[in-house]
Amino acid sequence: MADFNEKDIIETIQMIKVHHLDIRTTTLALSLRDCISEDIKIAGDKIYKKITKYAKNLKKYADDLENEFSIPIINKRIAITPISLIGESAKNPDYIYLAKILDEAASEVGVDFIGGYSALIEKGCTKGDEIFLESIPEALATTSKLCSSVNLATSKAGINMKGVLKTADIIKKSALLTADKDGLGAAKFVCFCNSVSDNPFMAGAYCGINEPECALNIGVSGPGVVRWAIENMPKDAPLGEVANTIKKTAFKITTTGELIGRELASRLNIPFGVIDLSLAPTPAKGDSVAGIFQAMGLEQAGAHGTTAALAMLNDAVKKGGIMASSYVGGLSGAFIPVSEDAGMINAARQGVLTIDKLEAMTSVCSVGLDMIAIPGDTPATTIAGMIADEMAIGMINKKTTAVRIIPVPNKKEGDWVKFGGLLGEAPIMAMNKLDSSVFVNRSGRIPAPIHSLNN
Amino acid sequence: MNKDKILITISGLDKVGIVAGISNTLAQLNVNIEDIKQTIMQDHFVMMMLCDMSSSNNSFKTIKEELIKSGEEIGMEVWVQRKEIFDKMHTI
Repeated sequence: MADFNEKDIIETIQMIKVHHLDIRTTTLALSLRDCISEDIKIAGDKIYKKITKYAKNLKKYADDLENEFSIPIINKRIAITPISLIGESAKNPDYIYLAKILDEAASEVGVDFIGGYSALIEKGCTKGDEIFLESIPEALATTSKLCSSVNLATSKAGINMKGVLKTADIIKKSALLTADKDGLGAAKFVCFCNSVSDNPFMAGAYCGINEPECALNIGVSGPGVVRWAIENMPKDAPLGEVANTIKKTAFKITTTGELIGRELASRLNIPFGVIDLSLAPTPAKGDSVAGIFQAMGLEQAGAHGTTAALAMLNDAVKKGGIMASSYVGGLSGAFIPVSEDAGMINAARQGVLTIDKLEAMTSVCSVGLDMIAIPGDTPATTIAGMIADEMAIGMINKKTTAVRIIPVPNKKEGDWVKFGGLLGEAPIMAMNKLDSSVFVNRSGRIPAPIHSLNN
Repeated sequence: MNKDKILITISGLDKVGIVAGISNTLAQLNVNIEDIKQTIMQDHFVMMMLCDMSSSNNSFKTIKEELIKSGEEIGMEVWVQRKEIFDKMHTI
């Protein structure tokens, strides 16, 4: 007779039912390298067939597991080889056509998002990359499930400043083309330093060129569970003990993700890839990373001490999670999106959480300036300056950083924007009004730091 | 087989007939009860049953639906989960 402990059972059910423990995403990473063709139509056909073949049962099997374990699996996604690489060999590289094919394939198999409308341009662009970049705003405006990303910098290559300025332009255009939806196009685009080829989270998921044919990558979630665990501790518990509680909680969250991931991979008959140890918040009350800071004893996110609290949280989550899984990868860190986190939204609304503080926070966690709504009339050069700063933090600290901002058309500081669903809502935050234009127009590449020479 | 072990958690206000109602459904589904524990939590009655469904001809989905239905009939919330999730989460 097998044994069970009633306290464990009740705790697990409470974690799921009350504190929003869920599997945030099951992401099928799929290589499209064998879909390259001189004829874009042939490439499109191959892509559609491959995606609908491999991902055919993703949603059904994920739904089955959700039922069997009674744990919500929020998103089913697909990540593909950066499409810039697949399209550029075609004589007629019509990327908008490929965008529509990807969107249709995603709809056909019933996934929530497909990521990989991407390019890796940290050192500069190929001719194909340049054509591809021009297509991003229209691709995002004319599709619903497609997500796009661009890698602009690495610790090894430095920062492609020409790409940074171009990206700022892409962000502005993507928002403008979706002005009727408050610039939603820009919310489906992210730029990176040190992007990760097995990241299961959107908008930045893609299947790196060094990845196998296919794999299933998992992203878990559980800010609410961590907050609950800390709230159950005495207010004067030393931080070492708090860190330990976070580790134990992260272990429990991660083992659950690993279980679901392995089971789903086995049913799909594909290899299990990695589990991403990230705490991903949602706009739901209580499912908030900012709520963890409050449980730790800060009045709100943005208070002095927030960066320290986040550093400890991020590190403890990794230490707890690493024990729970054989293969950890992806971004693996706490996310601090503004519009997707009820506590962050509140702090931003009251003006106590600023973009400058958020930037400081990104130096100790993944991923970056995320889901921040800014005035629609912000100059592209100012956005480029903001991106350059974030890329620099990633490059020097050898970590992933990212920028996903939405310059909301026709809205100004203090106005409100609603994206809906998991993307949430947010106030338009204040931007620094100083001019960065001469600096960012210098173009060229910021050289890689000295510590990149580690051979 | 590990995959055949399921944990049923029944919670709600204590009343006559909870064990009988759920056990009766399990018997009809040919699911064997291996262990039962119960506790009171915040004035709520909570009962946990460890069961084995290897002899049952019914699918997990059917078993779960039937149990939730008989829970509703007696005004109790019923959770049915494969036991593996608890084993993974709480053991190193």
